[in-house]
Amino acid sequence: MNDASPSLAEPGTDGEGRLRAIRRTGFSIGLATGLYGISFGALATASGLDLWQAMVLSAVMFTGGSQFAFIGVVGGGGSAVGAALASVLLGVRNTLYGLILAPSLPRGGARGLVRAHLTIDESAALAASGTTVAQKRAGFWSAGVWVYVFWNLFSLVGALAGQYVADPAAWGLDAAAAAAFLALLWPRLRSLETAAIAVAAAFVALVTTPSLPPGLPVLAAALVAVVAGVLPARWRPAGPAAGASAAAGSRADGDDGAGPVMEHDDEQEDR
Amino acid sequence: MSVLWIAVIAASAVSFAQKWLGYQTPPELLERPRIARITTLLPIALLGALVAVQAATSGTEIVLDARLAGLGVAVALLCARAPFLVVVIGAAAAAAALRALGWS
Repeated sequence: MNDASPSLAEPGTDGEGRLRAIRRTGFSIGLATGLYGISFGALATASGLDLWQAMVLSAVMFTGGSQFAFIGVVGGGGSAVGAALASVLLGVRNTLYGLILAPSLPRGGARGLVRAHLTIDESAALAASGTTVAQKRAGFWSAGVWVYVFWNLFSLVGALAGQYVADPAAWGLDAAAAAAFLALLWPRLRSLETAAIAVAAAFVALVTTPSLPPGLPVLAAALVAVVAGVLPARWRPAGPAAGASAAAGSRADGDDGAGPVMEHDDEQEDR
Repeated sequence: MSVLWIAVIAASAVSFAQKWLGYQTPPELLERPRIARITTLLPIALLGALVAVQAATSGTEIVLDARLAGLGVAVALLCARAPFLVVVIGAAAAAAALRALGWS
């Protein structure tokens, strides 16, 4: 891969301070997301799973959307096969995350397997907000590991304490999750092109929500990026060099996380 | 072993396989300009969608509630260049306060 390009970043942006800040963010995301494990554990046991089944889902399936889909089908009286299918459908987006992360994370070996296991919304999102390979790795591992630790811990608490624990929504944790995703997206909204893509994707997700099973609207929205990526350069809103110039501009700003990593995007080859 | 147990284990195994599969894409493929461009834009689209889904949907319905107020506070804090943790806690506090006051 063209790993040399991130080194164009200003000296110091990849320093230990910046990486520490990313790891702190990973911890915050892990704690906030993990607290949701309480509602998963509580709902899982209420839906008819036993403690061990709930914990296998949290430890091995480990992808919140799919887990909630699984217990939702079981709790709604659906078949076990239907529950498995619903969770698999929701897990498709994790394949997409792996595809995005592959160039910046180590392949193969034990770390490769752990990395695959920790590939979820939060770790992929924090990794994507990094501008250098080191930042992407720090973001991925910190968010992935802390979400895993807290998600399993609080799943256990929820499964044991069941109805005695409060609803995470009462603490505003659902709003916190939305705010976290927005904060990760924020630095990229400066270029007209990326802001348009983000808004269009949000729109597609909302429009398809009533007609698709939960989780799939996010995949439908991913098509916005595919369409924007294959559009001929002259149709793109900010002119032929939009991608490259936006990336260069953000890189000059330093650590705002806006620069796409792969800059060998040679427009001429598209034609 | 009950059917439910088999479903739990099979679905969990498939979940891991799905995650693993994405990383097996050949690097040469990802380096092609158009593919590289798409994978650069994908996180932006996915994040935009995750914000919308997390803030304004519940199951298969569009639900407008205290989360939007929380998101509004997050926008204000981001404009003020507040740190990540302040943004997240501010959004949670705003939503929690509104709910405590009885507004969904």
